[in-house]
Amino acid sequence: MPEIKVTPLGAGQDVGRSCILVSIGGKNIMLDCGMHMGYNDDRRFPDFSYITQNGRLTEFLDCVIISHFHLDHCGALPFMSEMVGYDGPIYMTHPTKAICPILLEDFRKITVDKKGETNFFTSQMIKDCMKKVVPLNLHQTVQVDDELEIKAYYAGHVLGAAMVQIKVGSESVVYTGDYNMTPDRHLGAAWIDKCRPDILISESTYATTIRDSKRCRERDFLKKVHESIERGGKVLIPVFALGRAQELCILLETFWERMNLKAPIYFSTGLTEKANHYYKLFITWTNQKIRKTFVQRNMFEFKHIKAFDRSYADNPGPMVVFATPGMLHAGQSLQIFKKWAGNEKNMVIMPGYCVQGTIGHKILNGQRKLEMEGRSTLDVKLQVEYMSFSAHADAKGIMQLIRMAEPRNMLLVHGEAVKMEFLKGKIEQEFSIDCHMPANGETATVTTNPSVPVDISLNLLKREMALGGPLPDPKKPRTMHGTLIMKENSLKLVSSEQALKELGLNEHQLRFTCRVQLQDPHSDPDTLNRIYTHLKSVLKGYTIQHLPDGTVMVESIVIKVSSSAEDTSTKVLLLSWSYQDDVFFCFFFVSFLSLIFSKQWLRDSIDS
Amino acid sequence: FPRSEEAPAKKLRLSKPSKSAALHIDLCKATNSTDALQYLLHFARKPVEVESVEGVVRILLEHYYKETDNSVRLKIASLLGLLSKTQGFSPDCIVDDAINTLNNEKSHQVLAQLLDTLLVIGTQLPESPTVRQRLIEMACKHLSDTYFGVRNKCLKLLGCLGMADTPLTKDNDGPGASLGLLRDIQSIISDFFGDQDPRVRTAAIKAMLQLHERRIKIHEIIYDQACRLLSDDYEQVRSAAVQMVWVLSQLYPESIVPIPSSNEEIRLVDDAFGKISHMVSDGSWMVRVQAAKTLGSMLQVSHHFLEQTLDKKLMSDLRRKRTAHERAKELFTSGEFSSGRKWADDAPKEKLDTNTVNLIASGACGAFVHGLEDEMFEVRIAAVEALSQLARSSASFAEKCLDFLVDMFNDEIEEVRLQSIHVLREISTHITLREDQLDTVLAVLEDSSRDIREALHELICYTNVSTKECIQLALLELLKNLNKYPTDRNSVWKCLKFLGSRHPTLVLPLVPELLSTHPYFDTPEPDMDDPAYIAVLVLVFNAAKSCPTMPALFSDHTFRHYAYLRDSLSHLVPPLRLPGNGLDLVDSRCGSGSVESAQLFLQQSLNRVSTIQNLEAPGAQDLLNFTIRDLQRLGELQTELAGAADFCATYLRCQLLLMKALQEKLWNMAVPLCLKQNVTATAAAQQILEETYKLEFLYSGLESRQVATIHHVRLQAKALQLILTARTRQGLDPLISSCEKFLQDIESFQRLFVAELPHLQDSFVDKLLELMPRLSSCKPVEMVKILLATLRLSGLLQLRLPEQIHRATATIIEPTGESDNPLRFTTGLVVALDIDATLEHVQDPQNTVKVQVLYPDGQSHVIHPKPSDFRKPGPDRHRLITQVYLSHTAWTEPSQIEVRLLLAYSSSSTSLSSSSASKLGWSDSIDSLPPPEAAVEGTIPFSKPVKVYIMPKPARR
Repeated sequence: MPEIKVTPLGAGQDVGRSCILVSIGGKNIMLDCGMHMGYNDDRRFPDFSYITQNGRLTEFLDCVIISHFHLDHCGALPFMSEMVGYDGPIYMTHPTKAICPILLEDFRKITVDKKGETNFFTSQMIKDCMKKVVPLNLHQTVQVDDELEIKAYYAGHVLGAAMVQIKVGSESVVYTGDYNMTPDRHLGAAWIDKCRPDILISESTYATTIRDSKRCRERDFLKKVHESIERGGKVLIPVFALGRAQELCILLETFWERMNLKAPIYFSTGLTEKANHYYKLFITWTNQKIRKTFVQRNMFEFKHIKAFDRSYADNPGPMVVFATPGMLHAGQSLQIFKKWAGNEKNMVIMPGYCVQGTIGHKILNGQRKLEMEGRSTLDVKLQVEYMSFSAHADAKGIMQLIRMAEPRNMLLVHGEAVKMEFLKGKIEQEFSIDCHMPANGETATVTTNPSVPVDISLNLLKREMALGGPLPDPKKPRTMHGTLIMKENSLKLVSSEQALKELGLNEHQLRFTCRVQLQDPHSDPDTLNRIYTHLKSVLKGYTIQHLPDGTVMVESIVIKVSSSAEDTSTKVLLLSWSYQDDVFFCFFFVSFLSLIFSKQWLRDSIDS
Repeated sequence: FPRSEEAPAKKLRLSKPSKSAALHIDLCKATNSTDALQYLLHFARKPVEVESVEGVVRILLEHYYKETDNSVRLKIASLLGLLSKTQGFSPDCIVDDAINTLNNEKSHQVLAQLLDTLLVIGTQLPESPTVRQRLIEMACKHLSDTYFGVRNKCLKLLGCLGMADTPLTKDNDGPGASLGLLRDIQSIISDFFGDQDPRVRTAAIKAMLQLHERRIKIHEIIYDQACRLLSDDYEQVRSAAVQMVWVLSQLYPESIVPIPSSNEEIRLVDDAFGKISHMVSDGSWMVRVQAAKTLGSMLQVSHHFLEQTLDKKLMSDLRRKRTAHERAKELFTSGEFSSGRKWADDAPKEKLDTNTVNLIASGACGAFVHGLEDEMFEVRIAAVEALSQLARSSASFAEKCLDFLVDMFNDEIEEVRLQSIHVLREISTHITLREDQLDTVLAVLEDSSRDIREALHELICYTNVSTKECIQLALLELLKNLNKYPTDRNSVWKCLKFLGSRHPTLVLPLVPELLSTHPYFDTPEPDMDDPAYIAVLVLVFNAAKSCPTMPALFSDHTFRHYAYLRDSLSHLVPPLRLPGNGLDLVDSRCGSGSVESAQLFLQQSLNRVSTIQNLEAPGAQDLLNFTIRDLQRLGELQTELAGAADFCATYLRCQLLLMKALQEKLWNMAVPLCLKQNVTATAAAQQILEETYKLEFLYSGLESRQVATIHHVRLQAKALQLILTARTRQGLDPLISSCEKFLQDIESFQRLFVAELPHLQDSFVDKLLELMPRLSSCKPVEMVKILLATLRLSGLLQLRLPEQIHRATATIIEPTGESDNPLRFTTGLVVALDIDATLEHVQDPQNTVKVQVLYPDGQSHVIHPKPSDFRKPGPDRHRLITQVYLSHTAWTEPSQIEVRLLLAYSSSSTSLSSSSASKLGWSDSIDSLPPPEAAVEGTIPFSKPVKVYIMPKPARR
């Protein structure tokens, strides 16, 4: 039986450095090539030596597919392609291809320029790597080679995020990347057709969470911002540059528009501006509202949101500022925070999760006095709000995707082991399909039962259709006769005559014979004649012939009468029929016997 | 077939050789199939008269048998179908031929088209069961075709023509009955629910739905099959299946169905509800819309199923979490004033048992939660509408869905927000808003969209609140709104009026604070022109109406302000029983009984007028004068009867004018001497004509009797005009043509009002009709004489009043015409003027209402507002919010232009005449109809003109 093997190099029972190897139908595919945020040593990249100890990866991989531009899905790409060595195609969607290098460059700058690391990939390497990228369109089937094809589906999550279907012959795997089943202010919901893959590889970040409605959270967020502005306070929203930031911008922008508010909104500059540019371009990847209204006005051309300058922080009056980074551990957001922390009218809204040890985490936990560097303390008087905006599918969303795709097997990655365990149980219970959750380096093997396509000649098909009943009934399988020819790697079903002709074989006929004895005083031709007339009256709709050579033929059944030498009234009937008519013969024979033993026959015999 | 083809062919040559012969020649000329196809396509563009249809059909059929090309045969087949639809043609004569062609046809496409034609024929012959039976047999026979299109058409035919009680069962066991006919039509169709082609599956369900629409009861056994189709791979099948399941759930709501994999049983409607709810999270949005819409109409569903649709158990790390809604409710009930500002305030509570968490919502769970959060706004709107339908039938569900609807106020698409506000208003009789909910609702008052704000005001008018804090909050937010958008003034005041009259007891404790009175000190008198102060007063006075203790809290100036507002804003301020004020006496007279007395008075006035026998009777003019005055006053006093009184007054004025014009002195004088009188008479005739158009088109609720009366007056006016022309103008030719025209008018009157003629005895028309033979033969001069005599002798036609007459009115709210600042703009460029008007009792305002702009130099422009500028806030009420563009050459001084609304009419659009000119079908020949009468088009100004100060400045170089 053919097998599909899945080996996570990263993201197996873990979040971060997504990298999954799939072998399907003799092809090897790498899905995502990400880095781990939590490590600064070798562990931050996937262990490519699993594939080969030394040398380049090109000959071991048929292609690499990147699902979206987050660094934990693409951060190791230049390292893999340029430093380890891979020259094959790398597939990603157009927006990912556009935004990915910006993030990689930013990542490189921080690691090399700020932290002073050496032996890291260079800007040139990023460029070289991007040259190997082949862009994908949604729902476009791309033929990687003769057998391997891939197709991208919309995944929500961030701009350009895609789910990929990988197909070899009739075997297929779907990899979701990160996805979101609930639409938000700028992106739609993930969607896939009923493609029934052999394996569905799904992320499971929120395997044990069912989220509240998005609208409630949005309303809360807007209300908080609005109230604070009305009081004349300043609002700080620390964000990461891409993804949620755009959603919040749109949210505030439309709210400002709707409510006719005048207070300024600022966005701390940097890579966001470049990225915003791409958001404007890839309108087709956004949600219904933005797509419909962009002719009048592109929603990403913000009217109320302006670029931030450091000096603005001291301006009087209310304002809203988006600043990076998101956990208040350094940079501009921290500077602004320090300035504003003393005023109780101000507010800081944390839109996401904060790692332990960061200032964000501390203030969220209610700490009101912070120790800053240089033994100074900072009194936190401003209001601290927490508002979770996350773009991963929750448990219900994952189940919904499974229902949409109807996979034969499930495989969970990108999540914590304990949580996966729960979801695995649920999936097995609800859908009764196998669910795997391999750890990093562990291989999950799924045997498939691929259907084998066979060509059938049209003539044969038509002939068989004509033989069948009036209604083609898809529920009832029907047997048909034909010959299967295996020739040059292809299978063909043809009629037996054609098979004989093609293979140059002679036709042999197989016939069965049997004898039946019966009492009949008539002469041989008379008996035959009587049999003929009786058959004629009983078997309507069949061709019955009385041949001049003293035989009766019913279809292919031949009936001959001969009398034994000693007793002329004991007639011996010789019956002969071909192998193909075996079934018909049974029917015939039964009716024939009933004929012979019927009273009519006997009476006639006695009379004469 | 025994029938020979020649016989009808002969008939056609006799009756109508032209059309069919032309076709025949064309088809014979065609050398190849492409040519033939071209001819046929060309032929299809022209209509065919009823008489020649059969001949054309014969020729087409003849050609059909000869034709070898599929596409030509296909076209012929489709033409046959089109021709069978010709009105007045009974296609039973071609049934045999059509069936015959069907039997001999090999091409699948042509077969499908032929079946389509048969369907048309079948639907044209509803009264012929034998034809029907034959067609059904044909359809059954071709059901086994391999081409999906043929099967589709067969199913469609069965759906449209199949009968529940046809003897498709055993008793039709004749030799001709084929195997398929031994079964019920429904089971034949349902066999195709499992067809291999999704299009055929869809067609099968549609056919079944068609049967249902034709009031054939669908069997309950179909339910299981339909449910299975809900999980079909193809969206159109699923969509149709949702409909099918819904139909069955409406037919058999109380049947019991088992739940698979358990021993329990539930009602069918509940089961169907659960299954359709499941479809709200389908992969295709079309299906989601369908499912969401359908849910709204399943009112028989049990309570706990219904409430499940709003249920969504939250979970975080396997711990149960409360939803924000629950938290809000809890906060409210615990009395704590805060809205969860703490980190981890939504921290998970109890640990959940992993086995009890149900991730796939079974049944109805959370259907609406999904629907309202859907990606496509179409689905969200459908879900909101469904919520409203369900909530209107169940008070407890209304209570539950409140939070969700309020959440929708924050949707990104305005349409959805608007819809949810409307829905909330519709169900608001069931609910009382909590403070936190009200807070969320009121937050939307700041929305910049006028529609949203007005919808919200409308909502607040109907809202019940529970505490005085709520009232205070609402007032505060409304004042804020007023401050931010001063144009909302009227709407906000109206809103406060209802708020006050709904919650008098809640307003009472707030009164001192609202009016800022103080027990010891005199507070400064507030500014009477401040809209915010007026708003507060409106609230207080309306509450005071049903709270007699309240006026005791008022200070002196409040009473003065009351008197002022009662006068200036009487529609907002109710009459109050104030101490030492005689007001209540005046107002109590306008009780409910007075409507009847006014009605009586109106009737009496009319009766009195009807005593006038002759237009020249002495004292008749005085009587008319008085009656008109009475009626006008009555209309002012009694708003319910304003329309009727106005209508009568106008009618009587017409009569009065006629009477004056016909005064004898004038007519006895020699022609050259009475030029001046002639002028007045001509003017009178003209005015009567105008008034009759007003009567006809400005009032709604007229019956044909009244219309006839109006036309009668118009005819009189026309007669008068004719007489005057005869007297003044020289030359015979113009007179002859106007006489002919008048005769035509009489004829068309007779045609239009045949039914009304008995009521018009002894009238002008009646007499004219008697004299008609003479009139049509005599000379113009003689005719004029007759007319004059008849006109002077004819009596006053008594006016009968219909039940309800309403006068179309329009009020321009914006611009107010009060502004002293001229609107400045550069000459030659345009300036946009915002117009906001309410229209009442206007039918079809999109087509009839125009805006007229009059410039001081006499120039006038008529502007047609866009259809989307009209909104319909209530029955018989429209709102026009539009912009008109003004432009003019330079003026030296600012000057005023006039803006008014016009009601356009056209006499051809009379309700009576329009019924005859129904929509023309494909083959209805347009040229055979008589040319429509020359339509009189015109406009009636129906709003007070508003003056706007504008100043076009010369362009600066």
